[in-house]
Amino acid sequence: MTATTDRAPAPGPRAALRPPLAVAWLHARYQFVETLRVPIAVLGNMLFPGLALLFFVIPQRAVADDPVAATAAVGQLAVFAVLSACLFTHGAGVAEDRALPFDGYLRTLPARPGPRLAGRVLNGLAWAYLSLIPLALIGWLLTAATLTWTQALGAVVMVVAVAVPFTLLGLTIGYSMTTKAALAVTQVTVFPLGFAGGLFLPPQMFPGWLDALSRLLPSRAARDLVVQVTTGADAPAMAVPVLLAWTVAFGALAVWAVRRDEGRRFH
Amino acid sequence: MTTTTAGAPPVLVEQVTRRFGDVTALDDVSLRVDAGEIVGLLGPNGAGKTTLLSLLSGLRRPDSGTVRLFGGDPRDPASRTWLGTTPQETGLPETLKVREVVDFVAGHYASPMPRAEVLARFGLEELVDRQTGGLSGGQRRRLAVALSLVGRPRLVLLDEPTTGLDVEARHVLWEALRDYHRDGATVIVTSHYLEEIEALAERVVVVGGGRVLADDRIDRVLDLVALRRMTLTLPGDATSGRSALHGLDGVQDVVDAVPAVAGTRFTLLAADADAAVRALVAARLPFHALEVRGASLEEAFLALTTRGTTGVGAGVPSPEVSR
Repeated sequence: MTATTDRAPAPGPRAALRPPLAVAWLHARYQFVETLRVPIAVLGNMLFPGLALLFFVIPQRAVADDPVAATAAVGQLAVFAVLSACLFTHGAGVAEDRALPFDGYLRTLPARPGPRLAGRVLNGLAWAYLSLIPLALIGWLLTAATLTWTQALGAVVMVVAVAVPFTLLGLTIGYSMTTKAALAVTQVTVFPLGFAGGLFLPPQMFPGWLDALSRLLPSRAARDLVVQVTTGADAPAMAVPVLLAWTVAFGALAVWAVRRDEGRRFH
Repeated sequence: MTTTTAGAPPVLVEQVTRRFGDVTALDDVSLRVDAGEIVGLLGPNGAGKTTLLSLLSGLRRPDSGTVRLFGGDPRDPASRTWLGTTPQETGLPETLKVREVVDFVAGHYASPMPRAEVLARFGLEELVDRQTGGLSGGQRRRLAVALSLVGRPRLVLLDEPTTGLDVEARHVLWEALRDYHRDGATVIVTSHYLEEIEALAERVVVVGGGRVLADDRIDRVLDLVALRRMTLTLPGDATSGRSALHGLDGVQDVVDAVPAVAGTRFTLLAADADAAVRALVAARLPFHALEVRGASLEEAFLALTTRGTTGVGAGVPSPEVSR
């Protein structure tokens, strides 16, 4: 069949790709709406840290009425909120999306994978911030926790610093496992990381061996840095290198997982 | 980075081979589709249709050979700005509304088709504010196909677009696709329903066992599928039975002969089953246990390829069929 037809559309210049930022924003928006439409998932994530504060910290007036201790308690639960938002959105969420035929369809649209991934990360970040709202409100109204404007700004910036490593860990889980496995692994990662990282009980209450182990965890490093930014209490010198090292390690794992997934499904 | 050029054909596949483990999904396939054509890809499940489409839409890469979309590599997103595909099955984001899914897809294109036009083409206007999870199977299918046109593509690839639809919904879809083709687009549609290919395509490419078995005008392929498959038992051995059956009016080919209880069981392909039965009776052949049924597409393909050696047309590379 070589007969060409003359009624093909007038050949014009090829349409350009949409700008990467526009595509990232587009994906962030629609993923946000999708998540929003399943309120149970949203509420669980958003309310748990606030409820933990309400039930475990508020009754202990010695902590709740002490500005430094209360601020630290809110700070470490805030780290937990970000940790769990990032791991659930990316760990369980990515694995679910990968299982959908729609994912294959999206790959045929004229857009690079980078902006789509960026949209996903933006969405995770948005939920991390939202999950802090109930926590911040309860902390402000019912405890002696206080922040200066500078500290508050520092806390907002710290959310990103904390979200990056856990987003990368979430992507690693989401891209390397099936939906069921990813959900289970996310759950068994979130709670031990939270507990051993001193996000529920302050690390001052840990026995020596647990404290030593805890200092090597990303959740503990994130907690110490957040407490430093919000209360002025110095974090151990190891906190920054530990958090950076985990960020690099999770980054490498995430790249490996994404590439392996592409190789399996799309080559 | 490859460049897409306006003069290049929408689809150019050259000597492409693609394996999955031990299975050869595509075996040295070449195919060219020119602008404005509407082509049906026909073949049984597992024939290689979906693999071919996944190569064209940039989801997979060939093990060897080249695939070009308007002259560009389909794995480069820039080459896909003129491409429209459809989500498989009913894989739409359940919580999004129809309006949102269309807008979301439109957001990937510089000058998409307005939402109202997309919906109107497929009769989806009423459903604009419904979540896709609440649509019926047919409505979801229509929306899925509608999504393939959102970017005003010049090439539309549709994999089994109407599987599971009732007759009416099927006709709505076909009409919408014919409309869009009339606007100047190139369309490739796969199906294992002959009826669908018949309603849409002008040219048919038959694939089986990872090869292009035939590439011809729709009417020539249709003639083949008018074949009937007849089975009957004759006393005696295969050789004598074959010679008796071969010359009969209406019988095109004796494709099988196996020993049976009272002789040999023969399978014939008949271009005209009525004439063949009359001829059997007229020849006073002592046949029994006669069965007549429509030839399956697979049998038609087989017939197509064996006849290919006697000149059904160009594009018949080999009579080999893997199953």
